[in-house]
Amino acid sequence: MTRWAMVADLRRCVGCQTCTASCKQANATPPDVQWRRVLDMEVGEYPAVKRAFVPVGCMHCDEPPCMHVCPSTATRKRPDGIVTIDYDLCIGCSYCAVACPYQARYKTDRASFAYGKPTAAEKQGFDPKRLAVATKCTFCADRIDAGMAKGLTPGIDPEATPACVNACISQTLSFGDIEDPHSNVSQLLAENQTFRMHEELGTGPGFYYIWDKKGEEAAA
Amino acid sequence: MNYGPKPWQQSNWDFRAALNFIFGGAGAGLLTIAAFSGLGGNALRAEFLLGMALIGAGLVSVWFEIGRPLRALNVGFNPFTSWMTRESFAAGLVFALGLAAVWLASRPLAQAAALAALVFAYCQGRILQAAKGIPAWRVPALIWLVFTTALAEGAGLLVALAALFDAPARGVLGYFSLALIARALAWSMYRGGVTKSAVRPALAVLERAGKLLIQFGTIAPLALLLAGWFAPDIARIAVLLAGVAALATGWQFKFVLITRAAYNQGFALPHLPVRGTR
Repeated sequence: MTRWAMVADLRRCVGCQTCTASCKQANATPPDVQWRRVLDMEVGEYPAVKRAFVPVGCMHCDEPPCMHVCPSTATRKRPDGIVTIDYDLCIGCSYCAVACPYQARYKTDRASFAYGKPTAAEKQGFDPKRLAVATKCTFCADRIDAGMAKGLTPGIDPEATPACVNACISQTLSFGDIEDPHSNVSQLLAENQTFRMHEELGTGPGFYYIWDKKGEEAAA
Repeated sequence: MNYGPKPWQQSNWDFRAALNFIFGGAGAGLLTIAAFSGLGGNALRAEFLLGMALIGAGLVSVWFEIGRPLRALNVGFNPFTSWMTRESFAAGLVFALGLAAVWLASRPLAQAAALAALVFAYCQGRILQAAKGIPAWRVPALIWLVFTTALAEGAGLLVALAALFDAPARGVLGYFSLALIARALAWSMYRGGVTKSAVRPALAVLERAGKLLIQFGTIAPLALLLAGWFAPDIARIAVLLAGVAALATGWQFKFVLITRAAYNQGFALPHLPVRGTR
């Protein structure tokens, strides 16, 4: 079986938001909607201040609370772990939005564009089906499916890889199949210490964060 | 230790969603007590019509909130895991049985509708508890608080209405008192659970709402009932005030719960990235 997952190396992220911009361009999301965004976290007090840039979005959970609560079955999980929304079924009740512990879901009631009137690109990407329903990151499922149909490998071949991962300037983001022990993401997980956000809630996120190398703590 | 942006009040569900819990709970509670209080004839009909109107008003209110109201029937597609779907089924059953009970003036049908109303109130509690993204809602004890406040609000409404015309039956007042005590106990259980999960601003508003629920929604009504017991001259006004207090405090609590205490989970890192040499 395949289980697509994303890995973010927090040691590498510089908070440039290129992934955010790339996602917006690839998915034509309206203003104020960021399926992929990067949090800028500053913790501590001078002089012991630390800063972390944290890419977030839909975690494509093993047990998605959004899917379980959805009354219309619009939210589903594919066998490869990608959580999807059927815009034709969704009633826009936002129950999924309050059920998601990652604030990954958006609902836009009216069409809105960055400069009032739609630009040529916005016109091209505008999808009325997405109005007044829940939307979120899809892991660029259409790119993955189209790429795989051509025999490409998601996470390795850009044409089959989510736009945010392709755009990342610091190789913070990686994408691949964690069920394959030889995949890029499996190797990253094997070599590094990772966590998943709000893991205690039992959602089983498909998004891992690297924070340190394995074994270095013992060596220190 | 956790690091990260602080949680903020969710804005996906506003007063329209709150009204579904406010009116729906009170309506379900009213149907329950009306069906088992020995009422019959036109009195039962009137209480049932009011109870169903309240549930209907709650559903209409939430209908105004959903993004695609013309697809509202899709709400019934997921009875396997969604408590919202189950709530809609229970509501359908309440209306079918309730209207039949009103039409035929049948007490057994009214009692069957009341059982469906109890399921409806339970579903409302489960809807909130299943929202994992809101720490103040996902506390299991909230289910019983939502359920018992529905019973207390319905009983409060019934005794207040009854007091307008006559002194309510002692059995009804006994049920009302028990519902108030059950709600206070449920609040106590919920309070114990929510302090472990919710953030400070949410706890602050819940604490204020809970105080009102206990002081003006439990102690004051019980004291008024006692006063009415010992001083029959003021019994009707005391019961009226007790009912209104129980209803109003329940409604304010649910309004606060949905629109003021619903801080989301926020983001948190259990570890900070380790960069460079250490």
